[in-house]
Amino acid sequence: MKQRWIELKQIRFSYGEKTALDGLSLEVNEGELFCIVGPNGGGKSTTFKILSTLIQPHAGSLSFWGEDGVRFPQRIRPHLGVVFQSPALDKKLTVEENLFYQGKLYGLTGKKLKEKTAQILARFELSDRKQDKVETLSGGLKRRVEITKSLLQNPKLLILDEPTTGLDPIARREVWDHLKMLRKEEGVTVVFTTHLMDEAESADRTALLDRGRVVVSGTPSELKSLVGGDVIALKTNHPIELKNGIHEKFQLEAKLVDQELRIQQTEGAKFIPALVEAFPHQIQSVTLGKPTLEDLFVLKTGHHFWKSETRPA
Amino acid sequence: MNVLLGGATLAQRELVRFYRQRSRIVGSLAMPVIVWALLGSGLQAAFPSGMGQESREFLKYFFPGNLILTLVFTSIFSTISIIEDRHEGFLQSVLVSPLSPTGIVLGKVGGGAFIALFQGLLFLALAPLAGFHLNLLDILAVVITITSISLTMTALGFLFAWRLDSVQGFHAVMNLVLFPMWLLSGAFFPPESASRFLKPLMYLNPLTYGMWALKGALGGKIEWVSFMSLLGMVLLFGIVFMGSSVWLVHSKREMTA
Repeated sequence: MKQRWIELKQIRFSYGEKTALDGLSLEVNEGELFCIVGPNGGGKSTTFKILSTLIQPHAGSLSFWGEDGVRFPQRIRPHLGVVFQSPALDKKLTVEENLFYQGKLYGLTGKKLKEKTAQILARFELSDRKQDKVETLSGGLKRRVEITKSLLQNPKLLILDEPTTGLDPIARREVWDHLKMLRKEEGVTVVFTTHLMDEAESADRTALLDRGRVVVSGTPSELKSLVGGDVIALKTNHPIELKNGIHEKFQLEAKLVDQELRIQQTEGAKFIPALVEAFPHQIQSVTLGKPTLEDLFVLKTGHHFWKSETRPA
Repeated sequence: MNVLLGGATLAQRELVRFYRQRSRIVGSLAMPVIVWALLGSGLQAAFPSGMGQESREFLKYFFPGNLILTLVFTSIFSTISIIEDRHEGFLQSVLVSPLSPTGIVLGKVGGGAFIALFQGLLFLALAPLAGFHLNLLDILAVVITITSISLTMTALGFLFAWRLDSVQGFHAVMNLVLFPMWLLSGAFFPPESASRFLKPLMYLNPLTYGMWALKGALGGKIEWVSFMSLLGMVLLFGIVFMGSSVWLVHSKREMTA
Protein backbone atom coordinates (compact mmCIF):
# COMPACT_ATOMS: atom_id res chain seq x y z
CA MET A 1 0.00 0.00 0.00
CA LYS A 2 1.45 3.27 -1.10
CA GLN A 3 1.60 6.00 1.46
CA ARG A 4 0.71 9.62 0.98
CA TRP A 5 4.19 11.18 0.98
CA ILE A 6 3.66 14.89 0.44
CA GLU A 7 0.51 16.90 0.82
CA LEU A 8 0.15 20.59 -0.03
CA LYS A 9 -3.18 22.20 0.77
CA GLN A 10 -4.33 25.63 -0.32
CA ILE A 11 -0.81 27.07 -0.38
CA ARG A 12 -0.53 30.80 -0.90
CA PHE A 13 2.61 32.80 -1.44
CA SER A 14 3.21 36.28 -2.80
CA TYR A 15 6.22 38.43 -3.52
CA GLY A 16 4.94 41.77 -2.32
CA GLU A 17 1.91 42.56 -4.45
CA LYS A 18 2.56 39.79 -6.92
CA THR A 19 0.77 36.54 -6.15
CA ALA A 20 2.90 33.53 -7.02
CA LEU A 21 0.81 30.74 -5.52
CA ASP A 22 -2.91 31.15 -5.26
CA GLY A 23 -4.31 28.24 -3.29
CA LEU A 24 -2.16 25.48 -4.70
CA SER A 25 -2.95 21.92 -3.60
CA LEU A 26 -1.23 18.73 -4.62
CA GLU A 27 -0.43 15.27 -3.35
CA VAL A 28 2.46 12.94 -4.05
CA ASN A 29 2.54 9.26 -3.11
CA GLU A 30 5.50 7.29 -1.84
CA GLY A 31 7.81 6.02 -4.56
CA GLU A 32 6.33 8.16 -7.32
CA LEU A 33 8.18 10.03 -10.02
CA PHE A 34 6.09 13.17 -9.88
CA CYS A 35 6.23 16.05 -12.33
CA ILE A 36 5.21 19.65 -11.85
CA VAL A 37 4.87 21.20 -15.28
CA GLY A 38 3.80 24.65 -16.34
CA PRO A 39 4.80 27.79 -18.19
CA ASN A 40 7.45 30.09 -16.78
CA GLY A 41 5.94 32.32 -14.14
CA GLY A 42 3.25 29.75 -13.39
CA GLY A 43 4.49 29.11 -9.86
CA LYS A 44 6.82 26.12 -10.36
CA SER A 45 9.87 27.71 -8.78
CA THR A 46 7.93 29.02 -5.82
CA THR A 47 6.36 25.59 -5.29
CA PHE A 48 9.85 24.12 -5.44
CA LYS A 49 11.20 26.58 -2.87
CA ILE A 50 8.35 25.72 -0.54
CA LEU A 51 8.95 21.99 -0.97
CA SER A 52 12.66 22.53 -0.26
CA THR A 53 11.76 24.42 2.98
CA LEU A 54 13.67 27.44 1.72
CA ILE A 55 10.60 29.63 2.07
CA GLN A 56 7.48 29.28 4.16
CA PRO A 57 4.02 29.55 2.63
CA HIS A 58 2.00 32.60 3.68
CA ALA A 59 -1.07 30.43 4.06
CA GLY A 60 -2.03 26.80 3.69
CA SER A 61 -0.59 23.57 5.02
CA LEU A 62 2.29 21.39 3.96
CA SER A 63 3.09 17.94 5.25
CA PHE A 64 5.84 15.44 4.52
CA TRP A 65 5.13 11.81 5.46
CA GLY A 66 2.65 13.16 8.02
CA GLU A 67 5.04 15.71 9.60
CA ASP A 68 4.07 19.35 9.54
CA GLY A 69 6.49 21.06 7.16
CA VAL A 70 5.41 24.58 8.05
CA ARG A 71 5.89 24.26 11.79
CA PHE A 72 8.86 21.87 11.84
CA PRO A 73 10.97 22.37 8.72
CA GLN A 74 14.02 21.29 10.73
CA ARG A 75 12.51 17.79 11.09
CA ILE A 76 12.06 17.55 7.33
CA ARG A 77 15.44 18.88 6.18
CA PRO A 78 17.57 15.85 7.12
CA HIS A 79 15.44 13.70 4.82
CA LEU A 80 15.37 15.96 1.77
CA GLY A 81 17.65 15.77 -1.24
CA VAL A 82 17.47 19.04 -3.13
CA VAL A 83 18.82 19.83 -6.60
CA PHE A 84 18.47 23.49 -7.45
CA GLN A 85 18.24 24.91 -10.93
CA SER A 86 21.25 27.14 -10.32
CA PRO A 87 24.21 24.93 -9.45
CA ALA A 88 24.82 24.65 -5.72
CA LEU A 89 28.35 23.31 -6.01
CA ASP A 90 31.50 25.07 -4.86
CA LYS A 91 33.45 25.50 -8.09
CA LYS A 92 36.78 25.99 -6.36
CA LEU A 93 36.53 22.59 -4.68
CA THR A 94 36.92 19.16 -6.21
CA VAL A 95 34.02 16.81 -6.81
CA GLU A 96 34.98 14.70 -3.82
CA GLU A 97 35.41 17.72 -1.52
CA ASN A 98 31.97 18.97 -2.47
CA LEU A 99 30.53 15.63 -1.49
CA PHE A 100 32.47 15.50 1.77
CA TYR A 101 31.25 18.93 2.83
CA GLN A 102 27.70 18.09 1.91
CA GLY A 103 27.86 14.82 3.85
CA LYS A 104 29.13 16.60 6.94
CA LEU A 105 26.30 19.12 6.80
CA TYR A 106 24.02 16.11 7.11
CA GLY A 107 25.97 14.66 10.01
CA LEU A 108 28.00 12.00 8.19
CA THR A 109 31.59 11.67 9.39
CA GLY A 110 34.76 9.62 9.16
CA LYS A 111 34.66 6.17 7.67
CA LYS A 112 30.95 6.21 7.00
CA LEU A 113 31.26 9.42 5.00
CA LYS A 114 34.21 8.10 2.98
CA GLU A 115 32.47 4.83 2.19
CA LYS A 116 29.21 6.44 1.22
CA THR A 117 30.98 8.98 -1.00
CA ALA A 118 33.07 6.35 -2.77
CA GLN A 119 30.03 4.14 -3.27
CA ILE A 120 27.87 6.88 -4.71
CA LEU A 121 30.66 8.22 -6.96
CA ALA A 122 31.15 4.74 -8.38
CA ARG A 123 27.46 4.29 -8.92
CA PHE A 124 27.18 7.49 -10.94
CA GLU A 125 30.42 6.76 -12.81
CA LEU A 126 32.23 9.73 -11.37
CA SER A 127 35.07 7.92 -9.59
CA ASP A 128 37.69 8.93 -12.13
CA ARG A 129 36.63 12.58 -11.94
CA LYS A 130 36.60 12.89 -8.16
CA GLN A 131 39.84 14.90 -7.99
CA ASP A 132 38.71 17.40 -10.64
CA LYS A 133 37.72 20.87 -9.62
CA VAL A 134 34.06 21.45 -10.32
CA GLU A 135 34.78 24.51 -12.49
CA THR A 136 36.50 22.24 -15.03
CA LEU A 137 33.47 19.98 -15.54
CA SER A 138 30.93 20.15 -18.37
CA GLY A 139 27.36 21.20 -17.68
CA GLY A 140 26.10 17.63 -17.82
CA LEU A 141 28.73 16.35 -15.43
CA LYS A 142 28.06 19.20 -13.01
CA ARG A 143 24.40 18.28 -12.95
CA ARG A 144 25.34 14.68 -12.33
CA VAL A 145 27.56 15.68 -9.39
CA GLU A 146 24.71 17.81 -8.12
CA ILE A 147 22.32 14.87 -8.13
CA THR A 148 24.95 12.62 -6.57
CA LYS A 149 25.52 15.16 -3.83
CA SER A 150 21.85 15.35 -2.95
CA LEU A 151 21.69 11.57 -2.46
CA LEU A 152 24.48 11.24 0.12
CA GLN A 153 22.13 11.40 3.07
CA ASN A 154 19.75 8.74 1.69
CA PRO A 155 16.84 11.15 1.32
CA LYS A 156 13.24 10.08 1.67
CA LEU A 157 12.42 12.58 -1.02
CA LEU A 158 14.47 13.96 -3.88
CA ILE A 159 13.29 17.23 -5.43
CA LEU A 160 14.77 18.78 -8.55
CA ASP A 161 14.11 22.17 -10.11
CA GLU A 162 14.22 21.97 -13.92
CA PRO A 163 16.97 19.32 -13.81
CA THR A 164 17.50 19.22 -17.57
CA THR A 165 17.47 22.94 -18.33
CA GLY A 166 20.60 24.03 -20.18
CA LEU A 167 21.74 20.48 -20.96
CA ASP A 168 22.35 18.98 -24.37
CA PRO A 169 20.16 16.04 -25.45
CA ILE A 170 22.69 13.40 -24.39
CA ALA A 171 23.18 14.87 -20.93
CA ARG A 172 19.43 15.24 -20.67
CA ARG A 173 18.95 11.56 -21.45
CA GLU A 174 21.52 10.70 -18.79
CA VAL A 175 19.69 12.67 -16.13
CA TRP A 176 16.53 10.79 -17.00
CA ASP A 177 18.24 7.42 -16.90
CA HIS A 178 19.61 8.24 -13.47
CA LEU A 179 16.30 9.41 -12.09
CA LYS A 180 14.53 6.31 -13.38
CA MET A 181 17.24 4.09 -11.98
CA LEU A 182 16.87 5.72 -8.57
CA ARG A 183 13.17 5.27 -8.48
CA LYS A 184 13.37 1.68 -9.65
CA GLU A 185 16.26 0.46 -7.55
CA GLU A 186 15.94 2.53 -4.40
CA GLY A 187 12.29 3.46 -4.43
CA VAL A 188 13.16 7.09 -3.78
CA THR A 189 10.23 9.44 -4.24
CA VAL A 190 11.20 12.01 -6.84
CA VAL A 191 9.50 15.34 -7.57
CA PHE A 192 10.76 17.51 -10.40
CA THR A 193 9.66 20.64 -12.19
CA THR A 194 9.91 21.28 -15.91
CA HIS A 195 8.49 23.49 -18.61
CA LEU A 196 8.86 20.71 -21.19
CA MET A 197 5.71 18.73 -21.84
CA ASP A 198 7.53 15.70 -23.20
CA GLU A 199 9.37 15.31 -19.89
CA ALA A 200 6.08 15.39 -18.07
CA GLU A 201 4.97 12.39 -20.09
CA SER A 202 7.63 10.14 -18.60
CA ALA A 203 6.51 10.80 -15.01
CA ASP A 204 4.20 8.52 -13.06
CA ARG A 205 1.94 11.42 -12.30
CA THR A 206 1.91 15.03 -13.38
CA ALA A 207 0.40 18.23 -12.08
CA LEU A 208 -0.21 21.04 -14.56
CA LEU A 209 0.43 24.41 -12.98
CA ASP A 210 -0.81 27.73 -14.17
CA ARG A 211 -1.14 31.05 -12.36
CA GLY A 212 -0.22 29.58 -9.02
CA ARG A 213 -2.75 26.76 -9.05
CA VAL A 214 -2.87 23.14 -10.11
CA VAL A 215 -5.04 23.14 -13.20
CA VAL A 216 -5.28 19.37 -13.38
CA SER A 217 -3.28 16.35 -12.22
CA GLY A 218 -3.09 12.64 -12.91
CA THR A 219 -1.12 9.98 -14.77
CA PRO A 220 -0.12 10.95 -18.31
CA SER A 221 -2.72 8.60 -19.83
CA GLU A 222 -5.45 9.85 -17.50
CA LEU A 223 -4.61 13.38 -18.46
CA LYS A 224 -4.61 12.61 -22.16
CA SER A 225 -7.93 10.86 -21.95
CA LEU A 226 -9.35 14.11 -20.59
CA VAL A 227 -8.79 15.70 -23.98
CA GLY A 228 -10.79 13.00 -25.66
CA GLY A 229 -10.63 11.81 -29.27
CA ASP A 230 -8.16 13.27 -31.72
CA VAL A 231 -6.63 16.64 -32.22
CA ILE A 232 -6.78 18.33 -35.61
CA ALA A 233 -4.26 21.07 -36.18
CA LEU A 234 -4.84 23.54 -39.01
CA LYS A 235 -2.28 25.83 -40.59
CA THR A 236 -3.79 28.97 -42.06
CA ASN A 237 -3.04 32.55 -43.03
CA HIS A 238 -6.35 33.79 -41.66
CA PRO A 239 -6.71 32.13 -38.26
CA ILE A 240 -9.34 34.44 -36.79
CA GLU A 241 -11.67 34.24 -39.80
CA LEU A 242 -11.26 30.49 -39.99
CA LYS A 243 -11.91 30.14 -36.29
CA ASN A 244 -15.12 32.14 -36.56
CA GLY A 245 -16.12 30.25 -39.71
CA ILE A 246 -15.68 26.89 -37.97
CA HIS A 247 -17.70 28.12 -35.04
CA GLU A 248 -20.57 29.19 -37.28
CA LYS A 249 -20.63 26.12 -39.45
CA PHE A 250 -19.84 23.31 -37.01
CA GLN A 251 -20.50 24.88 -33.59
CA LEU A 252 -16.96 23.90 -32.60
CA GLU A 253 -14.59 25.88 -30.48
CA ALA A 254 -11.15 25.92 -32.15
CA LYS A 255 -8.19 27.08 -30.06
CA LEU A 256 -5.65 29.43 -31.55
CA VAL A 257 -2.12 28.51 -30.47
CA ASP A 258 0.93 30.03 -32.14
CA GLN A 259 -0.83 30.79 -35.45
CA GLU A 260 -2.29 27.28 -35.50
CA LEU A 261 -5.89 26.29 -34.91
CA ARG A 262 -6.44 23.19 -32.82
CA ILE A 263 -9.72 21.35 -32.78
CA GLN A 264 -10.66 18.48 -30.53
CA GLN A 265 -12.85 15.89 -32.21
CA THR A 266 -13.87 12.33 -31.30
CA GLU A 267 -13.39 10.88 -34.75
CA GLY A 268 -10.95 13.26 -36.32
CA ALA A 269 -10.35 11.35 -39.53
CA LYS A 270 -14.03 11.41 -40.48
CA PHE A 271 -14.36 15.08 -39.73
CA ILE A 272 -11.42 16.29 -41.83
CA PRO A 273 -13.05 15.95 -45.32
CA ALA A 274 -16.02 18.04 -44.25
CA LEU A 275 -13.73 20.60 -42.77
CA VAL A 276 -11.53 20.91 -45.84
CA GLU A 277 -14.55 21.05 -48.13
CA ALA A 278 -16.08 23.84 -46.11
CA PHE A 279 -12.97 26.04 -46.17
CA PRO A 280 -11.04 25.02 -49.32
CA HIS A 281 -9.02 28.23 -49.64
CA GLN A 282 -8.28 29.10 -46.06
CA ILE A 283 -6.63 25.88 -44.88
CA GLN A 284 -3.01 25.39 -45.85
CA SER A 285 -2.36 22.10 -44.12
CA VAL A 286 -4.11 19.67 -41.81
CA THR A 287 -2.48 17.47 -39.19
CA LEU A 288 -4.27 14.73 -37.32
CA GLY A 289 -2.80 13.53 -34.06
CA LYS A 290 -3.48 11.88 -30.75
CA PRO A 291 -3.76 14.35 -27.89
CA THR A 292 -0.61 15.25 -26.00
CA LEU A 293 -0.27 16.88 -22.60
CA GLU A 294 0.24 20.08 -24.50
CA ASP A 295 -3.26 19.78 -25.88
CA LEU A 296 -4.58 19.27 -22.40
CA PHE A 297 -2.72 22.30 -21.23
CA VAL A 298 -4.13 24.37 -24.06
CA LEU A 299 -7.57 23.01 -23.36
CA LYS A 300 -7.37 23.78 -19.65
CA THR A 301 -5.51 27.04 -19.54
CA GLY A 302 -7.13 28.34 -22.74
CA HIS A 303 -10.35 27.99 -20.89
CA HIS A 304 -8.83 29.62 -17.91
CA PHE A 305 -7.45 32.58 -19.83
CA TRP A 306 -10.69 32.90 -21.68
CA LYS A 307 -12.73 33.31 -18.57
CA SER A 308 -10.54 36.06 -17.17
CA GLU A 309 -10.57 37.79 -20.56
CA THR A 310 -6.87 38.52 -20.69
CA ARG A 311 -6.30 36.75 -23.96
CA PRO A 312 -8.10 37.80 -27.17
CA ALA A 313 -10.17 34.87 -28.35
CA MET B 1 27.02 18.17 17.99
CA ASN B 2 25.63 18.68 14.53
CA VAL B 3 25.95 22.45 14.96
CA LEU B 4 29.67 22.14 15.67
CA LEU B 5 30.32 19.64 12.88
CA GLY B 6 28.38 21.72 10.37
CA GLY B 7 29.96 24.95 11.55
CA ALA B 8 33.44 23.45 11.35
CA THR B 9 32.66 22.19 7.84
CA LEU B 10 31.68 25.65 6.63
CA ALA B 11 34.72 27.19 8.32
CA GLN B 12 37.03 24.63 6.78
CA ARG B 13 35.63 25.35 3.35
CA GLU B 14 36.26 29.05 3.91
CA LEU B 15 39.93 28.34 4.65
CA VAL B 16 40.40 26.03 1.68
CA ARG B 17 38.92 28.64 -0.64
CA PHE B 18 41.12 31.33 0.85
CA TYR B 19 44.22 29.19 0.43
CA ARG B 20 43.37 28.56 -3.23
CA GLN B 21 43.07 32.28 -4.01
CA ARG B 22 46.62 33.49 -3.39
CA SER B 23 45.93 37.02 -4.58
CA ARG B 24 43.65 37.50 -1.58
CA ILE B 25 46.46 36.62 0.82
CA VAL B 26 48.89 39.00 -0.83
CA GLY B 27 46.37 41.80 -1.29
CA SER B 28 45.01 41.96 2.20
CA LEU B 29 48.47 41.80 3.76
CA ALA B 30 50.21 44.22 1.40
CA MET B 31 47.73 47.05 1.91
CA PRO B 32 48.35 47.70 5.63
CA VAL B 33 52.09 47.19 5.21
CA ILE B 34 52.13 49.85 2.49
CA VAL B 35 49.94 52.22 4.49
CA TRP B 36 52.14 51.71 7.50
CA ALA B 37 55.46 52.18 5.66
CA LEU B 38 54.24 55.22 3.71
CA LEU B 39 52.68 56.91 6.74
CA GLY B 40 55.72 56.27 8.86
CA SER B 41 58.33 57.44 6.38
CA GLY B 42 56.09 60.19 4.99
CA LEU B 43 55.61 61.74 8.39
CA GLN B 44 59.31 61.55 8.98
CA ALA B 45 59.80 63.69 5.88
CA ALA B 46 57.13 66.12 7.07
CA PHE B 47 58.85 66.63 10.41
CA PRO B 48 62.52 66.42 9.46
CA SER B 49 63.90 67.25 12.88
CA GLY B 50 65.48 64.03 14.00
CA MET B 51 68.06 61.59 12.80
CA GLY B 52 65.63 58.83 11.88
CA GLN B 53 64.65 58.22 15.47
CA GLU B 54 61.27 59.94 14.92
CA SER B 55 60.41 57.79 11.96
CA ARG B 56 60.94 54.83 14.21
CA GLU B 57 58.56 56.43 16.67
CA PHE B 58 55.91 57.05 14.02
CA LEU B 59 56.25 53.54 12.73
CA LYS B 60 55.83 52.30 16.26
CA TYR B 61 52.87 54.58 16.96
CA PHE B 62 50.95 53.49 13.87
CA PHE B 63 51.78 49.81 14.16
CA PRO B 64 48.77 48.77 16.30
CA GLY B 65 46.45 50.87 14.15
CA ASN B 66 47.67 49.13 11.04
CA LEU B 67 47.45 45.73 12.66
CA ILE B 68 43.81 46.55 13.36
CA LEU B 69 43.38 47.73 9.78
CA THR B 70 44.56 44.32 8.57
CA LEU B 71 42.15 42.55 10.88
CA VAL B 72 39.19 44.75 10.05
CA PHE B 73 39.59 44.48 6.31
CA THR B 74 40.27 40.77 6.24
CA SER B 75 37.44 39.90 8.61
CA ILE B 76 34.82 42.06 7.03
CA PHE B 77 35.72 41.26 3.45
CA SER B 78 35.84 37.54 4.16
CA THR B 79 32.08 37.79 4.63
CA ILE B 80 31.78 38.75 0.96
CA SER B 81 31.80 34.99 0.46
CA ILE B 82 28.24 35.00 1.81
CA ILE B 83 27.14 37.16 -1.11
CA GLU B 84 29.13 35.03 -3.55
CA ASP B 85 27.67 31.85 -2.08
CA ARG B 86 24.20 33.24 -2.54
CA HIS B 87 24.90 34.09 -6.16
CA GLU B 88 26.63 30.84 -6.95
CA GLY B 89 23.85 28.88 -5.33
CA PHE B 90 26.00 27.18 -2.71
CA LEU B 91 24.20 28.99 0.10
CA GLN B 92 20.87 27.49 -0.96
CA SER B 93 22.12 24.00 -0.34
CA VAL B 94 23.30 25.03 3.12
CA LEU B 95 19.94 26.62 3.87
CA VAL B 96 17.99 23.47 3.04
CA SER B 97 20.39 21.27 5.01
CA PRO B 98 19.69 20.38 8.64
CA LEU B 99 22.33 22.86 9.82
CA SER B 100 20.76 25.40 12.22
CA PRO B 101 21.15 29.19 11.89
CA THR B 102 23.60 29.09 14.80
CA GLY B 103 25.72 26.58 12.91
CA ILE B 104 25.69 28.70 9.78
CA VAL B 105 26.75 31.83 11.67
CA LEU B 106 29.42 29.99 13.69
CA GLY B 107 30.84 28.43 10.54
CA LYS B 108 30.96 31.58 8.47
CA VAL B 109 32.15 33.84 11.28
CA GLY B 110 34.63 31.26 12.57
CA GLY B 111 36.14 30.72 9.13
CA GLY B 112 36.40 34.44 8.38
CA ALA B 113 37.88 35.21 11.79
CA PHE B 114 40.46 32.47 11.34
CA ILE B 115 41.60 34.00 8.06
CA ALA B 116 41.82 37.43 9.71
CA LEU B 117 43.81 35.95 12.58
CA PHE B 118 46.23 34.39 10.11
CA GLN B 119 46.74 37.72 8.33
CA GLY B 120 47.10 39.48 11.67
CA LEU B 121 49.83 37.06 12.71
CA LEU B 122 51.72 37.69 9.46
CA PHE B 123 51.59 41.41 10.14
CA LEU B 124 52.56 40.83 13.75
CA ALA B 125 55.76 39.23 12.52
CA LEU B 126 56.83 42.74 11.50
CA ALA B 127 56.59 43.94 15.11
CA PRO B 128 60.36 43.80 15.74
CA LEU B 129 60.86 46.15 12.76
CA ALA B 130 58.64 48.68 14.50
CA GLY B 131 60.71 48.39 17.63
CA PHE B 132 58.51 46.07 19.68
CA HIS B 133 60.23 43.38 21.69
CA LEU B 134 57.66 40.92 22.89
CA ASN B 135 57.99 37.99 25.25
CA LEU B 136 55.82 34.90 25.03
CA LEU B 137 53.20 36.22 27.43
CA ASP B 138 52.88 39.46 25.43
CA ILE B 139 52.48 37.50 22.23
CA LEU B 140 49.79 35.36 23.81
CA ALA B 141 47.94 38.50 24.91
CA VAL B 142 48.23 39.98 21.41
CA VAL B 143 46.95 36.79 19.82
CA ILE B 144 43.95 36.69 22.15
CA THR B 145 43.23 40.31 21.35
CA ILE B 146 43.38 39.95 17.60
CA THR B 147 41.24 36.81 17.79
CA SER B 148 38.54 38.72 19.66
CA ILE B 149 38.66 41.65 17.26
CA SER B 150 38.49 39.30 14.26
CA LEU B 151 35.46 37.46 15.62
CA THR B 152 33.60 40.66 16.40
CA MET B 153 34.32 42.30 13.06
CA THR B 154 33.49 39.19 11.03
CA ALA B 155 30.17 38.98 12.84
CA LEU B 156 29.52 42.62 11.94
CA GLY B 157 30.34 41.86 8.30
CA PHE B 158 27.95 38.91 8.39
CA LEU B 159 25.10 41.18 9.46
CA PHE B 160 25.60 43.38 6.42
CA ALA B 161 26.43 40.64 3.92
CA TRP B 162 23.33 38.61 4.69
CA ARG B 163 20.96 41.28 3.46
CA LEU B 164 23.01 42.71 0.58
CA ASP B 165 22.77 41.09 -2.81
CA SER B 166 25.73 42.63 -4.61
CA VAL B 167 29.43 42.71 -3.90
CA GLN B 168 29.57 46.31 -5.14
CA GLY B 169 26.89 47.34 -2.69
CA PHE B 170 28.77 45.62 0.09
CA HIS B 171 31.95 47.52 -0.75
CA ALA B 172 30.09 50.81 -0.76
CA VAL B 173 28.37 50.18 2.55
CA MET B 174 31.43 48.74 4.24
CA ASN B 175 33.65 51.63 3.21
CA LEU B 176 31.13 53.99 4.76
CA VAL B 177 31.16 52.00 7.97
CA LEU B 178 34.69 50.63 8.08
CA PHE B 179 36.78 53.73 7.54
CA PRO B 180 35.00 55.83 10.17
CA MET B 181 35.23 52.90 12.59
CA TRP B 182 38.93 52.59 11.96
CA LEU B 183 39.61 56.34 12.11
CA LEU B 184 37.68 56.55 15.39
CA SER B 185 39.37 53.54 16.96
CA GLY B 186 42.16 55.49 18.56
CA ALA B 187 44.60 54.54 15.83
CA PHE B 188 45.27 58.22 15.15
CA PHE B 189 44.17 60.04 18.27
CA PRO B 190 43.15 58.77 21.67
CA PRO B 191 39.49 59.05 22.70
CA GLU B 192 40.46 60.91 25.88
CA SER B 193 41.51 63.94 23.86
CA ALA B 194 38.77 63.72 21.22
CA SER B 195 36.14 66.41 20.79
CA ARG B 196 32.86 66.18 22.67
CA PHE B 197 31.14 65.26 19.43
CA LEU B 198 33.45 62.36 18.61
CA LYS B 199 33.90 60.98 22.10
CA PRO B 200 30.58 59.09 22.36
CA LEU B 201 31.11 57.63 18.89
CA MET B 202 34.51 56.37 19.93
CA TYR B 203 33.14 54.76 23.07
CA LEU B 204 30.46 53.02 20.99
CA ASN B 205 33.12 51.58 18.72
CA PRO B 206 34.27 48.04 19.49
CA LEU B 207 37.60 48.84 17.81
CA THR B 208 38.39 51.48 20.47
CA TYR B 209 38.45 48.78 23.14
CA GLY B 210 40.35 46.49 20.82
CA MET B 211 42.90 49.22 20.25
CA TRP B 212 43.40 49.82 23.97
CA ALA B 213 43.79 46.12 24.59
CA LEU B 214 46.23 45.79 21.72
CA LYS B 215 48.31 48.77 22.81
CA GLY B 216 48.39 47.35 26.31
CA ALA B 217 49.50 43.94 25.08
CA LEU B 218 52.14 45.35 22.73
CA GLY B 219 53.49 47.74 25.35
CA GLY B 220 54.58 44.98 27.69
CA LYS B 221 53.76 45.05 31.42
CA ILE B 222 50.10 44.11 30.90
CA GLU B 223 47.61 45.09 33.56
CA TRP B 224 45.55 41.95 33.38
CA VAL B 225 42.39 43.25 35.03
CA SER B 226 41.92 46.15 32.67
CA PHE B 227 43.17 44.07 29.73
CA MET B 228 40.56 41.39 30.38
CA SER B 229 37.77 43.91 30.80
CA LEU B 230 38.72 45.55 27.49
CA LEU B 231 38.62 42.15 25.80
CA GLY B 232 35.28 41.57 27.47
CA MET B 233 33.96 44.74 25.85
CA VAL B 234 35.17 43.65 22.41
CA LEU B 235 33.58 40.23 22.82
CA LEU B 236 30.37 41.73 24.17
CA PHE B 237 29.99 43.58 20.86
CA GLY B 238 30.86 40.32 19.09
CA ILE B 239 28.17 38.39 20.95
CA VAL B 240 25.57 41.03 20.13
CA PHE B 241 26.56 40.94 16.44
CA MET B 242 26.52 37.14 16.34
CA GLY B 243 23.20 36.93 18.14
CA SER B 244 21.71 39.39 15.66
CA SER B 245 23.16 37.35 12.80
CA VAL B 246 21.55 34.15 14.09
CA TRP B 247 18.24 35.93 14.40
CA LEU B 248 18.64 37.32 10.89
CA VAL B 249 19.36 33.90 9.37
CA HIS B 250 16.47 32.44 11.29
CA SER B 251 13.91 35.00 10.20
CA LYS B 252 15.21 35.92 6.72
CA ARG B 253 16.59 32.82 5.07
CA GLU B 254 15.85 34.06 1.58
CA MET B 255 16.43 37.46 0.04
CA THR B 256 12.85 37.55 -1.14
CA ALA B 257 11.24 36.15 1.98
